[in-house]
Amino acid sequence: MANLTPDLAALRDEARDLARSYGLDFYEVIFELVDHDELNMVASYGGFPTRYPHWRFGMEYEQLSKSYAWGLSKIYELVINNDPCYAYLMRSNSITDQKLVMAHVYGHCDFFKNNAWFSHTSRKMMDVLANHGSRVRRYMDRHGVEVVEDFLDVVQSLDNLIDPYSPFIHRDDGRVREGEGGVREVKKIAAKDYMDRFINPPQFLAEQKRKMQEEDARNRCFPARPTRDVLKFLLDHAPLQLWQQDILAMMREEAYYFAPQGMTKIMNEGWAVYWHSKLMTQHLVDASEIVHYCDTHSGTLATRPGQINPYKMGVELFRDIEQRWDKGRFGERYQACDDPEVRRRWNEPTKLGRERIFEVRRIYNDVTFIDEFITPEFAEDQKLFVYGRNQQTGQLEIVDRDYRKVKNQLLDALTNFGNPIIRVVDGNYQNRGELYLVHDWCGADLQMEHAQMTLSGLQKLWGRPVHLETSEEGKGKLLSFDGTQSTSKDITKTTGQALAVGRGDPPSR
Amino acid sequence: MAVRRIDQDHTRFRQIVRGKIKQNLKRFVSSGELIGKQGDKFVSIPMPQIALPRFRYGENKKDGVGQGEGEPGQPVPGQEGEGEGQAGENAGKHTLEVDVSLEDLARILGEELELPNIEPRGKKNLRASAGRYTGISRNGPQSLRHFKRTFREALKRQIASGTYDPDHPVIVPIRDDMRFRSVQTREVPQASAAVIYMMDVSGSMGREQKEIVRIEAFWIDTWLRHQYKNLEVCYLVHDAAAHVVDQHTFFHLRESGGTKISSAYELCLQVMRDKYPVAEWNVYPFHFSDGDNWSSRDTERCVDLLKTTMLPACNQFCYGQVKSAYGSGQFKKDLDQAFRGDEKVITTDILDRDGILPSIKDFLGKGR
Repeated sequence: MANLTPDLAALRDEARDLARSYGLDFYEVIFELVDHDELNMVASYGGFPTRYPHWRFGMEYEQLSKSYAWGLSKIYELVINNDPCYAYLMRSNSITDQKLVMAHVYGHCDFFKNNAWFSHTSRKMMDVLANHGSRVRRYMDRHGVEVVEDFLDVVQSLDNLIDPYSPFIHRDDGRVREGEGGVREVKKIAAKDYMDRFINPPQFLAEQKRKMQEEDARNRCFPARPTRDVLKFLLDHAPLQLWQQDILAMMREEAYYFAPQGMTKIMNEGWAVYWHSKLMTQHLVDASEIVHYCDTHSGTLATRPGQINPYKMGVELFRDIEQRWDKGRFGERYQACDDPEVRRRWNEPTKLGRERIFEVRRIYNDVTFIDEFITPEFAEDQKLFVYGRNQQTGQLEIVDRDYRKVKNQLLDALTNFGNPIIRVVDGNYQNRGELYLVHDWCGADLQMEHAQMTLSGLQKLWGRPVHLETSEEGKGKLLSFDGTQSTSKDITKTTGQALAVGRGDPPSR
Repeated sequence: MAVRRIDQDHTRFRQIVRGKIKQNLKRFVSSGELIGKQGDKFVSIPMPQIALPRFRYGENKKDGVGQGEGEPGQPVPGQEGEGEGQAGENAGKHTLEVDVSLEDLARILGEELELPNIEPRGKKNLRASAGRYTGISRNGPQSLRHFKRTFREALKRQIASGTYDPDHPVIVPIRDDMRFRSVQTREVPQASAAVIYMMDVSGSMGREQKEIVRIEAFWIDTWLRHQYKNLEVCYLVHDAAAHVVDQHTFFHLRESGGTKISSAYELCLQVMRDKYPVAEWNVYPFHFSDGDNWSSRDTERCVDLLKTTMLPACNQFCYGQVKSAYGSGQFKKDLDQAFRGDEKVITTDILDRDGILPSIKDFLGKGR
């Protein structure tokens, strides 16, 4: 890796000052000039060249280098949420592309620093991951590469089982506190005062009381309420060795670090495109470069009929918001107006657009962004539609262009960044120390084969049989793995949900 | 740069791939899914089992959001006609494919079936390299210093720069004058091999039987190509008469009619005489049939041909009998009887696709 050439350094300074002049606010950005092979390498490690060793990165690398060699894909930009931010420029790119990438990167860096969902991510992740790397390497030296690798495989296959909101919410862990929840009294046998001492001897009462407390403790649910942070639950309760706990904790930390990027894909890309487009077209691009710029830019925003391009979606939404808040198309009066013609011509020079988009980039994530800002006009302008598979022809067909349906469909796909929501409901299922998970089924089935395999990995960590309650085509299913064989049986769906709901309420007795 | 981290991870990944192929070799062989995916040097192997499993949504998530023209009820543009289209914001079924070189694949096959390497024999056409110190280079260890050349270079330099004094001819070589002996690779001729595939295409050989032959031929090819740097392949088909055909025809031709195996052997012998004389070639005739022959007279003729002319001219003769609903399987019995104890004749029964691997092991397990 090398530092920038003087030309590029001058361009960087120009782009940086321009970005600042528009109010973008970012940590220092360090650009590294790399060739395609180095870029592929860094990209395989998710941007962190010092990560722990794992074959998965080698696989990633093989795919990236191959598709680069065949001309199928090329990584334009890679930027890391860190203080300072690191960004990579490909040596072979033209000057125009370098300018574009720099402007784009400043957009991302501003987003990383200011978006609320990133506020809990470590800004020293470069160092943290390097430390993780050396710890994992040390464990490999001590316990053997394969043992550690197998463990990493299992943990990685579970690393989407986290609770992405937990850094922001203090969840009541449901523990019954001293003096709460009414302590039961031991029933005495009725007796005259002078006989009481003999009929209800104090030792016996004390003994009974102790038994009752033990029983209560046993009946108390574990976990007290269903938790989505399965990794945390395992960390706290699975019978792991110290090095395993340490690795699990590291992987969990990494999962939480990467989570906000999954939660803000559309916004983050949209924001970066908005800024590269603004900076390039208004300042950075020379007349001679304009065609080249347009070519690259439109390549980024190209849509295919059956797909949503997050870059396109994001930037169009930001621009729409800016326009609406510039022209006063918000608030009660505008919402109440239902004459499309009037709405279309609505123009009150409020000029709040710029301010509004900065605010949006601070407080929204993809789900809330889509939910709040997709309007009927936007859906129509962007020609959004919902499609589904026609059972007769097997073809995908346009089903509807109603913006509410479009929005719902998008929200569905973005919820939990496209991952199923799975909770630990019981860590002592059937009072036999078995682990019981429930998948919040809402229409889409799990990939069953994968689910079974993941479950068998989970069993390795938990040590006792594990179960996952889910549904297939609306019918309840219980997948289990007991250490030797996988089973799948039909169940009535309500059990787990009742369990979940019952346990969601604060314990009352 | 020292060994890069990614190279370690990449090597580890390749190791895992190799392990998975070994584990699943039987399945890959019997499903035949590798054939048709090979290029000149590589095969892409689908490896869904290598991706880390996760709890994730399956295929029934059929709805999605798109962007573009069209009325409700119209198909989404840009999908494939067969309804296999994978439009949608979920990338659809994405199977991981890994490229493996045919060389590697052969090695894996060899390890798994414990195939011995074939000892080279014959002397022509094939090239292997041998190193000899016949070259000169500017770098090298002192032990390989070429004194004469070094002296000459030093002399040249001194004359050119005018420091050479004929009255006082002292030559002092400097670093730039040094010349060293170096290895030059030289091509030496080595054994060459030819495979002649013969297949019965009479009416009783159905599609499945031909597919089995096809899969078996692919793996035999892979192995022999790994053993010989230059392998020639020749295809013959026969029913009552035999023809030389190209590869495509060989696997796709469907003829009907009677079976006269001797016709194939005669043609094979002719090809061997014309193109692959025994002195220079390792010839491997493979014959696949369902075991029905026209008459026992013809079978006698086949045995006679094999004994007198074919066997002396080839490394070994392999006969694979593919089970079909109509074949009697008599031919193998006749061959076994005639050549009991003869190492050069190998016959196998291939009942179904699972029989392919053992049959390959029988054919190639002798290392001839």
